[in-house]
Amino acid sequence: MERILRLSGLEPLVATRESNFVNVGERTNVTGSKAFLRLVREERFDEALAVAREQVEGGAQILDVNMDEAMIDGKTAMVTFLNLIAAEPEIARIPIMIDSSKWEIIEAGLQCLQGKGVVNSISLKEGEALFIHQAKHIKSMGAAMVVMAFDELGQADTYERRIEICSRSYHLLVEKAGVHPNDIIFDPNIFPVATGMEEHALNALDFFRATAWITQNLPGCHVSGGVSNVSFSFRGNNAVREAMHAVFLYHAIQHGMNMGIVNPTMLAVYTDIDPILLTYIEDVFFNRYPEATERLLEFADTVQQGAKEVASAEQWRGFDINHRIEHALVKGIDKHIEEDIAECLPLFEKPLQIIEGPLMAGMNVVGDLFGEGKMFLPQVVKSARVMKKAVAFLQPYIEADMDGQVQKAGKILMATVKGDVHDIGKNIVGVVLACNNYEIVDMGVMVPGNEIVARAMEEGCDIIGLSGLITPSLDEMVAVAAAMEEKKLSIPLLIGGATTSKVHTAVKIAPSYSGSVVYVPDASRAVTVAERLLGKESEPFEKEVRTEYEKVRLHHEQHSASKRLITIDLARANRLHLTFNEETVTQPKKVGVFSGNVEDLRDLIPYIDWSPFFRSWDLHGRYPNILEDEIVGAEAKKLLEEAMICLEEGRQKGWFTPRYCFGIFPAQSEGDDIYIYDEGRNKIIHRNIGLRQQTEKVQGQPNLCLSDFIAPIDGGVNDFLGCFVVTAGDVTSICREFEAQHDDFQSILLKAVADRLAEAMAEWLHEKVRQEFWAYEQESLLNEDLIAEKYRGIRPAPGYPACPDHFEKLGIFNLLNATDRLGVSLTESLAMEPASSVSGWYFAHPEAKYFGITGILPDQFQSVCSRRGVDPSVHKKWFSSILK
Amino acid sequence: MRLFFRYCRMDIVTLLKERILILDGAMGTMIQRYTLEEEDFRGSVFQDRKGSLKGNNDLLNLTRPDIIFDIHKAYLEAGADIIETNTFSGTTIAQADYQLEDAVYQINLVGAQIAKKAALSFSDRPRFVAGSIGPTNRTASISPDVNNPGYRAVTFSDLSIAYAEQIRALMDGEVDILLIETVFDTLNAKAALYAAEQVFNERAITLPIMVSGTITDLSGRTLSGQTPEAFLISLEHIPLLSIGLNCALGSELMEPYLKTLSDRAPYAVSAHPNAGLPNAFGQYDETADLMRDKIKSFFEKGLVNIVGGCCGTTPEHIKAIATLAQQYKPRTWTP
Repeated sequence: MERILRLSGLEPLVATRESNFVNVGERTNVTGSKAFLRLVREERFDEALAVAREQVEGGAQILDVNMDEAMIDGKTAMVTFLNLIAAEPEIARIPIMIDSSKWEIIEAGLQCLQGKGVVNSISLKEGEALFIHQAKHIKSMGAAMVVMAFDELGQADTYERRIEICSRSYHLLVEKAGVHPNDIIFDPNIFPVATGMEEHALNALDFFRATAWITQNLPGCHVSGGVSNVSFSFRGNNAVREAMHAVFLYHAIQHGMNMGIVNPTMLAVYTDIDPILLTYIEDVFFNRYPEATERLLEFADTVQQGAKEVASAEQWRGFDINHRIEHALVKGIDKHIEEDIAECLPLFEKPLQIIEGPLMAGMNVVGDLFGEGKMFLPQVVKSARVMKKAVAFLQPYIEADMDGQVQKAGKILMATVKGDVHDIGKNIVGVVLACNNYEIVDMGVMVPGNEIVARAMEEGCDIIGLSGLITPSLDEMVAVAAAMEEKKLSIPLLIGGATTSKVHTAVKIAPSYSGSVVYVPDASRAVTVAERLLGKESEPFEKEVRTEYEKVRLHHEQHSASKRLITIDLARANRLHLTFNEETVTQPKKVGVFSGNVEDLRDLIPYIDWSPFFRSWDLHGRYPNILEDEIVGAEAKKLLEEAMICLEEGRQKGWFTPRYCFGIFPAQSEGDDIYIYDEGRNKIIHRNIGLRQQTEKVQGQPNLCLSDFIAPIDGGVNDFLGCFVVTAGDVTSICREFEAQHDDFQSILLKAVADRLAEAMAEWLHEKVRQEFWAYEQESLLNEDLIAEKYRGIRPAPGYPACPDHFEKLGIFNLLNATDRLGVSLTESLAMEPASSVSGWYFAHPEAKYFGITGILPDQFQSVCSRRGVDPSVHKKWFSSILK
Repeated sequence: MRLFFRYCRMDIVTLLKERILILDGAMGTMIQRYTLEEEDFRGSVFQDRKGSLKGNNDLLNLTRPDIIFDIHKAYLEAGADIIETNTFSGTTIAQADYQLEDAVYQINLVGAQIAKKAALSFSDRPRFVAGSIGPTNRTASISPDVNNPGYRAVTFSDLSIAYAEQIRALMDGEVDILLIETVFDTLNAKAALYAAEQVFNERAITLPIMVSGTITDLSGRTLSGQTPEAFLISLEHIPLLSIGLNCALGSELMEPYLKTLSDRAPYAVSAHPNAGLPNAFGQYDETADLMRDKIKSFFEKGLVNIVGGCCGTTPEHIKAIATLAQQYKPRTWTP
């Protein structure tokens, strides 16, 4: 039987033996593309469609659509997206591949396709009966099917298993399910090579051999695969990966693979590959000799990336002046901006026209690209840097010209509220707004509410934007809203920052102010929100927000009513009882307080978790996978490079002063509290007042409190508790220098890097304590394991879910005398200053785990106050976010 | 009866290889000649129904079966080998316009019985009854609301349920063939085929299926945007008796698209074009002789196995075409 692939969208796709390889577009896949997931999750379907359109324009012959993500309703998303695609003839032209591991999504998707599509995938994983049933249904719905080399025993990873499973699948499909062989597409699993593990040495060769066997022995069917898997171990070295893909594809096609998922931007031209590299890659694929992998790895290090880019890098200097300015803005290159602007001066009647003309035109291009998701936040901030430099250069000329006042789109006051020192997010929003022609009045950090209101009135601001990272800031924002109400302001209030949320804004802040209150989830939204609030259509927008928040409030009320809390007595009765004995309690090697400096900052680099760093720049995805993300990957890589440069420069110039202190103390628990003793266990030096979960638990689940992880006072076992403070030092003065040079990008970058450094220190120190001081752990763990917290013991921080009570920071600081030792102090809101600091407790019990306290009842709050000996009416503000 | 039934089905494939089979012409055009009034449509059974029922041609199976029988007979006399039941709008979805969802079973059952009776009254050669299954008045791939392209007025499962009901009733009335016609949205047709397969499984009987699509205009695409080849591929999962085109275009304009199907289809090809394009009054004025002369090209090029007429055609047209068809060999194909 001849091998012909016949599929259809609005147009036919017919591939015969003579046809080229059929390429499947894969970016409309939420599991493979974080950016696409985000678009779907936020229901930005226009942009999601644009991703699909790009795939088609880029030459995809089949469009793979995958909506398998726990956070979205995959079935609805699949149906919505396929229906929208059906309305776009340019996209619907090609056949659709419904890609899901969930049968109900496949079924729903099939009902949306008028053409003959492909289901990806089915397999023998759950037995023959289900396999045949599914195949029959797919056939009735008029689609072809990808069949994975997977059976009841697992995924095929050898040549023999591949052919065994494919052969069995083929015969069942053709003989039992009545499937036409042309409608069967086998995916015999492409696995990574050169991983350094011996069992992976045959991965490519076995795939080639299995492909050839299938092509010869199972007539009529097709072979497909995801090519980029093969080069997985060369992540970060795109030059080698691109070459590997081309070589793999070349041989796979020779062996009979006729379709697959290949990212065309990650594919070298086979004939352009360096012959030595080609040989080494082939040696690995064909496992020609045992050292092949090592040889390729060595050679890969020498492969220079992007040699071509360097050659053409300065070419743009030859463009005309308008294009040069646009290029500088889009690419964020400030090197030549002043000379270019100087060149403009004689060309324009007034210097102001340079801003209104070429500079704004360039920024509009940036704005459009950003809006289309083709530029990312770090790039936009760099564009803003160029813009700021250009404007600063022009300033004296404009002033000399006199009548020059640039027409601004609006004036926005930005501030981090009282008690909070975190301003990375606020600064990013400020920069993005500024480069969209808003005038920014930045009041900095720790700004009291009355000052914010006074300044806004004095300056005649059009909007106030508040930011905050720690939980007490949430209350402070409510206070600012109330102050605005008191002074009868009516201008809109924007809320942003890591702990803020739409729910909090709607439930707590909005009711305190009669003007508009809008939650801004990330910097990229700030401009749209400001535009809509200050534009002609502001009224319907404000109304829309109000209605939406009303709904959020209603939902919150119903939802919180459903989440039942139990009395503290019941919660305590349902506490966790752990075993405390020699195995679970380790006598520390050293007890006492210790402090020191990190001698070489580079030691901390392996401990850095970069994911939150990328998140602060609106680049979403987990590190290190984010570096390979098709949409944000390139930008993430660049940003990481800049962060590393910043780190290195900071190391050489002494910007960071990484210091730590920690203590290990004898400790016993009593109820929800932990008593901490001096070394001789003679006197109590601190009483940690613990909070216990009060949410109603299912049978068998305890209501946790940190004290459950410490041996009780009357149990006969001596236990211990640790605590720590680390800081990366104060970088604000350096940041200010950058800002003075109009380099907000470097300023924000440095702060973000300092934050990461502090977190890395906390991880590094915890390991040191586990291995050297408390010494209950021997082996070293990999960084990924550290981030995944695969070690014994926890280090909960006051102010975070397991211990939402910021007040406990005081205990840590007193026990360690941290302010004297490290120069880290606590603000009135108990935020640490400098901001790049981390503090927390050490619990060493193997069963100790992180948990969250989301709500407590007044009975527990009263109990905390009386144990702590404080006035409930004053103490309440520390608990406002959790007290129900 | 059952024996005869089976004989017919086996035989039609043989017949298709021997000669060009003739399908009947328009039902609506013929009904118009009777100038019926509201009362004719309403009959005695539907007296108390709200709203106007005039124009609901399918209802005449129940209220004026005499007229429908006469029209079938006229086409059989003109030389039709296959006549279509008067059930084009016989789904709950289409009858919802008249709030006659509850009459759907009877419309199809009786519609099939009338046609069957007419067919059996000719004993010269096998005459077949094809149960006509229209596209309904809703599209599963297109939103009726331009501002909301993701919206659908009908879903695949709505359609397949409605089609299954129609098919069961047609089979109870003992049709020989199912004819899914005037397909403007392939997803609707896929739902009809899915329903047919389900009913066949329920009853352990398989009927031959003809599918006929509609190329809306000179864009060469269906209303839902498919090219003829894509249309063919989209339906190849079910073994058909024939695939073809009908309505919207006259034979001349239909020819290139018919050729695309004819070159590729692994089964018989059918065509039942309109009598030209409608004039300013919405009437079709291509005469029988004119239409015959144009269809001659189909025969000369060996494009078709089944030919008939759609809007504007009459027994005169069919007679002219049938007479000419005798002089030509049918299209040949390899399965």
